[in-house]
Order: sequence, then C-alpha cells, then structure tokens
Amino acid sequence: MVMIKLETIDIVFSYDGHSGPPILDDVSIQLAPSRILGIVGPNGSGKSTLLKCIDRIIKPNHGSVLLDRREIMKMGRMEIAKKIGYVQQTISRGFPTSVFDTVLMGRRPHLNWRSDEEDDEKIWEVLRLLDIEDLALKYFGELSGGQQQKVLIARALAQEAEVILLDEPTSNLDILRQFEVMDIIRDLVNKKLVSAIIAIHDLNLASRYSDKIIMMKRGKIVSAGEPSYVLTADNIASVYGVEAVIRKQSEAPYIIPIGPIKTTIRKG
Amino acid sequence: MAKTIRRRGTRTGKKSAIQEEHSKRIGMKIILILTLPVLIFIITGISATLGSADLLIWDAYSAILHRIFPEYFYTTWLSDICVWHLRLPRIAWAITAGFGLGIAGAAMQAILRNPLASPFTLGISSGAAFGVSLAIVLNLGFFGGMWLIVGNAFIFAMLCSGLILGLASIRGATSEIMILCGIAMNYIFGAASSLFQYFASDQELRGMSFWGMGDLGAFSWEELRPVIVLIAIGSFVLMRKAWDLNVMTVGDETAKSLGVDSGRIRLIVMTASSLLIAGIVAFTGIIGFIGLVGPHMARMIIGADHRFLLPASGLLGGVILLGADTVGRTILAPIILPVGSMTSMLGVPFFLYLILKRRREYW
Ligand SMILES: Nc1ncnc2c1ncn2[C@@H]1O[C@H](COP(=O)(O)OP(=O)(O)OP(=O)(O)O)[C@@H](O)[C@H]1O
Ligand SMILES: [Mg+2]
Repeated sequence: MVMIKLETIDIVFSYDGHSGPPILDDVSIQLAPSRILGIVGPNGSGKSTLLKCIDRIIKPNHGSVLLDRREIMKMGRMEIAKKIGYVQQTISRGFPTSVFDTVLMGRRPHLNWRSDEEDDEKIWEVLRLLDIEDLALKYFGELSGGQQQKVLIARALAQEAEVILLDEPTSNLDILRQFEVMDIIRDLVNKKLVSAIIAIHDLNLASRYSDKIIMMKRGKIVSAGEPSYVLTADNIASVYGVEAVIRKQSEAPYIIPIGPIKTTIRKG
Repeated sequence: MAKTIRRRGTRTGKKSAIQEEHSKRIGMKIILILTLPVLIFIITGISATLGSADLLIWDAYSAILHRIFPEYFYTTWLSDICVWHLRLPRIAWAITAGFGLGIAGAAMQAILRNPLASPFTLGISSGAAFGVSLAIVLNLGFFGGMWLIVGNAFIFAMLCSGLILGLASIRGATSEIMILCGIAMNYIFGAASSLFQYFASDQELRGMSFWGMGDLGAFSWEELRPVIVLIAIGSFVLMRKAWDLNVMTVGDETAKSLGVDSGRIRLIVMTASSLLIAGIVAFTGIIGFIGLVGPHMARMIIGADHRFLLPASGLLGGVILLGADTVGRTILAPIILPVGSMTSMLGVPFFLYLILKRRREYW
C-alpha cells in the first residue's frame, strides 16, 4: 500500500454557494510524503481554488481533504497552519512592513505572545537560504515582484509545515531564480521530508521538478500521473489548444510549444 | 541533479552586519517607546502648574513625587491638595483616555486594513455618545448610575461596530465606503442627540452639554478608578492580539493560512475597542482624531509591528490628549477650551492629508 500524506476526495466547489457552476468538479488527488505534485492547466481551470480548498481557506461544497488520514474540517485553524503552508498567487498589500517582519509572520502558528531568539534565528536561516538576507530591513512593498515572491516563499518555509502549497511560485522570477527557487523546494522535499503541491504554468519546470503532475481543465482533472504520462502532445493540444513537440530530456519530457492549433483560433 | 544552494552570510553563532542592524533597530524602538512616558511626565508637570492657584513647575513635581518618595521630596499642604486632588485626576484621565483612543485606533486600522479607521471616523464614538444621551434623557439602561451610562454607550458602540463589521465582510467595500458610512453615522447620531436636547429638561441638558464637546471635566479619583480599570482591561486584550493584528494586515487569506481566524479577531478587537470607547465617551463625550493621529504618528516612528505599535499608539494618544488639554487651558486662560475642539483642529488637517497621500502609500 502506498503511503499518503494528503489527499482530497471528490471535491466539489462553486463560488456562488451550491447554485453556481462548479469551479472544482469531483477533484481527487493524492500526495505521497516527500513528493512534489505539480498542477498545470489553463487560466481559470481551478488550480488556485483547489489549493485554497486544501488549506481550508475556502470550504468545498462536497468531498473531503485528509491530512495524515484526518479530516481537515475537524482540525483547528492553528493546527492546520502548523502542518500546511501556503504561498499565495496574488500579493495583497497592507501597512508598510519590513521583510523580516513579513517572514516572522510565518512563525505565528508556533508562537503565543512573544517570539524568542530561536524564532529570530530561524528567520535569518531562511532568509539566507533564499539569498535575501540583505533585503531583511527593507519594506516589503519596495521590493521587485520576484523579490516579493521569494519573501513569501521564505515565510512559508519559516512556518516549518509538513505540506507546502505554492501557487505560481516562479511566475515573477528570472530564469536563474526560477531554478534556484525550485531547487530549494526540491531540497526541502528531499531532506526534510516535506511534501509540496505546486500550481505552475511553466510546463518544463513542472516536468523537471514534479514527481507527479495533474492536468486540469475547467475544474476537472484531465490527466494525472508521471510527467511523461501527462505531458503529451495530445493532452497539451486538447487542454490548451496548443500544438507542441515533446522531446525527451534526461527522463523528463521537454515541451516545445509550436503555436495555437489553427482551428481553435479561427472563428466563423 | 539537485544543485547546491548558495549560502551567504555567517553560520549560526556569529551575527552578520544586517543582523546587528536589525537588533539595533529593535533597541531603538524600545528606547523610543520608553521616551514617551518621560514626555508624558514632563507635560504632566507643566499641566499641573496651570490653574487658579499659582504653582511653579518645581512645586508641582515635588507635590507629585512627595507621595511616591516622601523622604526625598517635600511639599506644602496646599500644593498637595491642589495637585493631587484637583489637577492630577484630570491629567491622569487625559492620559488614560488618550491611551485608550490611540490603542483602539491602531487595532481598528489593522483589522479593517484601513488607514482612515478610528473610533471617531467610523462613527463608533458618535454611537456611544448617542447611547449616553439616551441614558440621560430616558433614564434607560441596564446598570445603575454611571454604569447605566457606560453600559448604554457600549450597546450603541457595539451596534456601530456590528455595522462596520458587516460592511467589512462585503466584497468590494473599500476603505472610503467604510469612512463614508462612519460619517453618515456621525450625522445620524449627531442629529438624534440634538433632537434630545429639545425634549430634555434643563438639568438633563446641562448634563449633556457638559460632555458633549469633549471636556475632560473634573472627576475625583474615586469616580475615575473603575473606568481606568476598564480601559486597562480593554488595552490588555488588544495587546494580547498584537501578533494576530500583524498577520491580519496582509489579508484574510494569508491570515487564515497562518492560523489566524480573522473573523474572530475582528469581533474581539471591535468588542474590546467598543468597551474602551464607551468608557471614554461616557466620561468625556466625543474626542475626535486622537485614535487616528496617534497610531499614524506611532507608525511613522516605530513601524507597523503591532507589538510595538500598540503601546506606542496608546502612549502617543496620551501625549496628544494631555498636550491638547494643556494648550486648551493655556491660550485663553482662565477660559478652558474643550479638548475635543482642540483635537479636531489638530486632526482635521491631518485627516485630509492622509486622504490625499494614502493612495500611494498603501495598496
Ligand atoms: N473569489 C472568486 N469569486 C468568484 N469566482 C472566482 C473567484 N476566484 C476565482 N473565481 C473563478 O474561479 C475559476 C477558477 O479560478 P482559479 O483562480 O482557481 O484559476 P487558476 O487555475 O488558478 O487560474 P490562473 O492560472 O489564472 O491562476 C475562474 O473561472 C475564476 O473566474
Ligand atoms: Mg491561480
């Protein structure tokens, strides 16, 4: 029997209560310990919504989320926060806060009233790990998009969760930093036995770093499995409407998009 | 294939330059916060010299300190009575009320993610004031005596808080809409309060106008003690939530993912703030803008970490209110200008400045 760290069973969700069109339609995923699960799919296919359901930021209409075989709806919010970290896709701004203080927020689930030396030390370690120690005293709002993204990842790492949900963690990063961030996540997964779910648009990064991939379209899972099984020319054509060539590059498939499939863009 | 991660800076044990800088800044913040009580002590001395009996500043300090260190400071019977019975209660109340308004303002700004929020601009003070009028005119309420008034003020402050919380839960309700709602509340309750004045008897009318403009009045220590305890409790509750307030400034979804139930924190903060405001308004009427100006000045000096910001906002609120009262008692002496109009003169330009500047600074 396979070990399962986290799974969702038949999740159904719609934003307008039960009446609206389902944004997630019978979504079931399984995540093994110390593995990376990639979620790919076109804009609006429900990737972010799925991550929010898993972290109980929103409540699914149906179905359940099990963490270590426990129903997440029956856990306290603080308990969930100790086990699941979440890096949001959109960045909301508040009052000007320093990078250090922003990352320190990640320690909240482990604190009562005060933070101590040890917490501070953990923050510095994480900042060094992501190579943003020199930004520590800057205001979060003053950073570039990519730097902000790294800070939010740092916050999730400071949370020391067992499962990390990352929503487009590399969308604002340059190509070197994309690799760096994905390597850090990979390292964390390998060494600290963390599991990660990453919603990501870059199919090649998904292919290279995921142990398994699920491909979504309009709230449904179209295909799930090893990268080479999911990322096929057929799947990419039917889900994205894009013609692509697949090369084999050291086990992981390498996708070269050619262009939109003609019939789908010509209307009438 | 996994590449080695670049590591910079020092290993644990030795501190990097930026870490040193960080510790230095924390130390600075603590020092800045500690200078505020000193400032309060200085203004207290100045304020204690004001009044009909002539006292020099040294006489005032000796009189204050005599009761604390009787071996070291000497005073006369007259100065002692004058300072401890006539002037210090008013001063202590100014500090306490300012503290309560400042800390409540800072907490409300955080939970609503709204830099314009404050007890006054959200209409909660007006609600509380209406509760007071109602209690005076109709002799309504659930508690006896002063508590009848405070209790009624609390009920109406909570009513306004509930409305604000309802607004906050609606998507797309911007900061401005909330403030407009607060202004509407100010008008409604203001109109209702002045309606009462038609129906009020002379005696009730005197009672109402006495605090209507925000006057610190002349209370005795015995009268003040319970409300000071009330404000201390409310402030303590808010202070305990400093961490959650930090997390809530970055948005509900992130707050949830960090284990903070934002709905619950909002309710706790609004309830504690309403309690503070009810106590303050019942004793002095509406004092505008302290809860707005205090937190903003504190944020400029200390930053947005609520573990430091909350006490700093409270202390600055105390400084401002005590300062405004001192000025109000000086410029047209022996006429005492109501402190509420003093703070409005300070607060309104500041409020306009915030509205104009805000767009760039925050989200
Ligand atoms: N707060 C919301 N209220 C109503 N509808 C929403 C809300 N958030 C998302 N949706 C809708 O739900 C659907 C799925 O959105 P979701 O954000 O999950 O997509 P996504 O796969 O993450 O897309 P992207 O790749 O653009 O990030 C979209 O059709 C979107 O319009
Ligand atoms: Mg998304």
